[in-house]
Amino acid sequence: MQRIGVFVCHCGTNIAATVDVKAVAEALSHESGVVISQEYQYMCSEAGQNLIKDAIKEHKLTGVVVCSCSPRMHENTFRKAAASAGLNPYLVEIANIREQCSWIHKEIATATEKAVILGRAAIAKVHLNAPLIAGESPVAKRALVIGGGIAGIQTALDIAEAGFDVDIVEKEPTIGGKMAQIDKTFPTLDCASCILTPKMVDCSQNEKIHIHSYSEVSAVKGFVGNFTVTIKKKARFIDETKCTGCGICTEVCPMKKVPNAFNMGLDNRTAVYIPFAQAVPKVATIDANYCLKLRGGTIKEKVCGKCAEACTAGAINYKQQDEFIEQTYGAIVVATGYNPIKLDKFDEFAYNQCPDVVTSLELERLMNAAGPNGGTLLRPSDKTHPHKIVFVQCVGSRCDDSKGKPYCSKICCMYTAKHAMLIREKYPDTEVYVFYIDVRTPGKNFDEFYRRAVEQYNVHYIKGMVGKVTPKADGKIDVQASDLLSNEQLHIDADLVVLATAIEPDQTARPLATILTTQMDTNDFFTESHPKLRPVESATAGIFLSGVCQGPKDIPETVAQASAAAAKAIGLLVKNSITCNPCVAHSNELMCNGCSACEKVCPYGAITYQDKEFRMPDRTTAIRRVAGVNPAVCQGCGACTVACPSGAMDLNGFSNSQIMAEVDAICK
Amino acid sequence: MNSNLKEQVLRSSGVNVLKCMRCGKCSGTCPSYDEMEYHPHQFVYMVEKGDIETLMKSESIYKCLTCFACVDRCPRSVEPAKVVEAVRLATIRQQGCNHLIADSIPEMLDEDLPQQAIVTAFRKYTK
Amino acid sequence: MQVNDNKDFQPLIVAFCCNWCSYAGADLSGTNRLNYPTNVKIIRVPCSCRVNPMFILRAFQRGADGVILCGCHPGDCHYTSGNYFTRRRMTLLFSMLDFLGIERDRTRVEWVSAAEGAKFAATMNEFTEAVRKLGPNRRLEDLRCRKQ
Repeated sequence: MQRIGVFVCHCGTNIAATVDVKAVAEALSHESGVVISQEYQYMCSEAGQNLIKDAIKEHKLTGVVVCSCSPRMHENTFRKAAASAGLNPYLVEIANIREQCSWIHKEIATATEKAVILGRAAIAKVHLNAPLIAGESPVAKRALVIGGGIAGIQTALDIAEAGFDVDIVEKEPTIGGKMAQIDKTFPTLDCASCILTPKMVDCSQNEKIHIHSYSEVSAVKGFVGNFTVTIKKKARFIDETKCTGCGICTEVCPMKKVPNAFNMGLDNRTAVYIPFAQAVPKVATIDANYCLKLRGGTIKEKVCGKCAEACTAGAINYKQQDEFIEQTYGAIVVATGYNPIKLDKFDEFAYNQCPDVVTSLELERLMNAAGPNGGTLLRPSDKTHPHKIVFVQCVGSRCDDSKGKPYCSKICCMYTAKHAMLIREKYPDTEVYVFYIDVRTPGKNFDEFYRRAVEQYNVHYIKGMVGKVTPKADGKIDVQASDLLSNEQLHIDADLVVLATAIEPDQTARPLATILTTQMDTNDFFTESHPKLRPVESATAGIFLSGVCQGPKDIPETVAQASAAAAKAIGLLVKNSITCNPCVAHSNELMCNGCSACEKVCPYGAITYQDKEFRMPDRTTAIRRVAGVNPAVCQGCGACTVACPSGAMDLNGFSNSQIMAEVDAICK
Repeated sequence: MNSNLKEQVLRSSGVNVLKCMRCGKCSGTCPSYDEMEYHPHQFVYMVEKGDIETLMKSESIYKCLTCFACVDRCPRSVEPAKVVEAVRLATIRQQGCNHLIADSIPEMLDEDLPQQAIVTAFRKYTK
Repeated sequence: MQVNDNKDFQPLIVAFCCNWCSYAGADLSGTNRLNYPTNVKIIRVPCSCRVNPMFILRAFQRGADGVILCGCHPGDCHYTSGNYFTRRRMTLLFSMLDFLGIERDRTRVEWVSAAEGAKFAATMNEFTEAVRKLGPNRRLEDLRCRKQ
């Protein structure tokens, strides 16, 4: 016989004002199995918890029902209290009479009636609760960081600092990401490379950090603490262990007309290349799409081969194949970053027609000392100095239509102020116009920075949007725009137009989210577990988020989030084992008919079939194929319980009989 | 301020003026901007305020070429040209007379007149 | 279809809510003090795909007048794909109920996220009203289970 205790909380007046708690306690005391029914001001308080603990001991309770706030709020509190009094914590049920009763109803009579019914349902359920023991699973002491930009680098350095091995998987031949392409950083105007490249070197020299460049994650299996990840190392046709990064191969390569992606296609590189001088790892890569010997997918025997002849280290291997590595990790940090959007749909800005209409990232390269012009700002078309430059803000950001992105890209206002300021500083004879909708500069020293651009550097900020950009025959660009404050339409003969292009998550992010079974929003940004209180954890346990893959961010915010993600990952890695959720599925092998229906619906691959021996009624033994659930992998969604045609599959904590009992109690 | 008028303009245009974020791209792109007293972004704002009678009296609404450049380029899909068209319609409705009689149309037709213009005229000038 | 004019009829409505989205959405409508009728009684399940069609039939058998199933929006399931199973299963179940002559308005699947407290309350108000109009569920109710 069950001995159940019912505890009704007043929650001050939150519940007691609309629910007659005394009547609820009284009504529930007559339910079958209930031996004690009490009410108290605040059940979650120390005194309230003691009330429950004492009752458990005194009345030898076998089940506890607390009628209080949402189980999402205090279920754990009451479970812990029960456990400390010697009752299995999973024998506690909560009836939610605050959020789902007292707060939404006004009439005391009906609210009280409903509270009694909710309490009755919880009592019916607790009658069938079974004591559950949470299992434990070991944690692999190694972390994986996907993406080697500043976010990934910072996360990897912090995790390595704590003494754990970290692998960085980067799809490009070098780590560094977008920050390596940027010239200066706002609001301090220090050189991006000067602060990034030492960190890249730290990564390569730290013996805890292992960089897989030119690699991708191709499969992820397992669960928190025990992910098995397959990494695809793409063939770079260079033996990484032999290559010294001397760069002789790039000098002899005859294929010199490959668009240089690092310089945003503004100049060319050779087919065998090192992306930039400070690349980490400093290893050459052969671009098989352009290499005379490799293009077309086959190795042409008698063609070229000059790099192999020139390489003194013998590092070049035309026969190299893609390689797959399998590794176990305890935690995964996603740091896949961003790209500027494609401007194909914005014909009005003439980006595809005119080489002198550039994106902001292209301008970074044009102004960078290591860029195509060696740091002198020249027009891409005729290599002359531009004297009138127009910046256009919000290109593709804050769009309601299918062309652009609905969000604010956050970084554009600040980098445009930076560009405008740098140009006015270096070329004082240049006129700079910035067309803005709003100038958004929240951040430490950000608004001061923008004001400096206006007041000290005399950058012309005009409120209004550019409607049309028309390249003219004389090489000038006609920019037609409105000035909303003076209420006139302007035409500016510009030499260079810079578009503050919206940013979007990297294209690899969505397939990766599918592999990782993490959530994403409609813009392909990864969704955090809680927008305020758990900003760096994904909803999937053991997977953390770092940098722009979660939402637009500038460098300081990215670094802060990267370190936060590292801290969360370290918090997981220091544990030797983690407690599993005991509310998992289990199969009744005697009832299982081996149909595999459950195996097919399980999103985690937690169900496997095996052959087992069974005693038959006629005393013979038979071998039958039955389902088994791996409790460490199962997350407890219950999809299999419904798919099972023979009723063999059930879910701990939410069993068929428990939910049926709740239904019955509510409908009584 | 006539709230019925605002309601009518909003209904006949099908435009949600609250979507406007006041970027001014419509005015930046308008080819007959200099001819207008009020400009496309102002149309939208005036309709939002309900200040429609002023708009109806202004010649600006007849300067709009209905080229739809603003509709095409508006980042928020506000469609200012449709608002202008709705205000024109409101003016015509207020006058309450049919400018066209079906029988008189054949003699008014010009061979060079595009078919679309005739249909538009029907829509505009009949109640 | 018969329309019940009896304003005093109080339908009994069972709502199954998934723990991660809809139950949190229901909590949010409570936190925001958004009213919906007391007729709605919520049962918490880990995921909408935990709801066996049997539970819904059981509720009708025991005298519920309407059953609503709430889950995360498609693509947002905490368990990745649970609500897709729900969607398919319920389509089948509803067509069977239709065949049995149970009005379509007595059953519903609704996607409510943890942030949509207002939507939860609005849905419950609207659903309760729809069921009230239909009147008591007689066809599936097992009279032996009736309260004496």
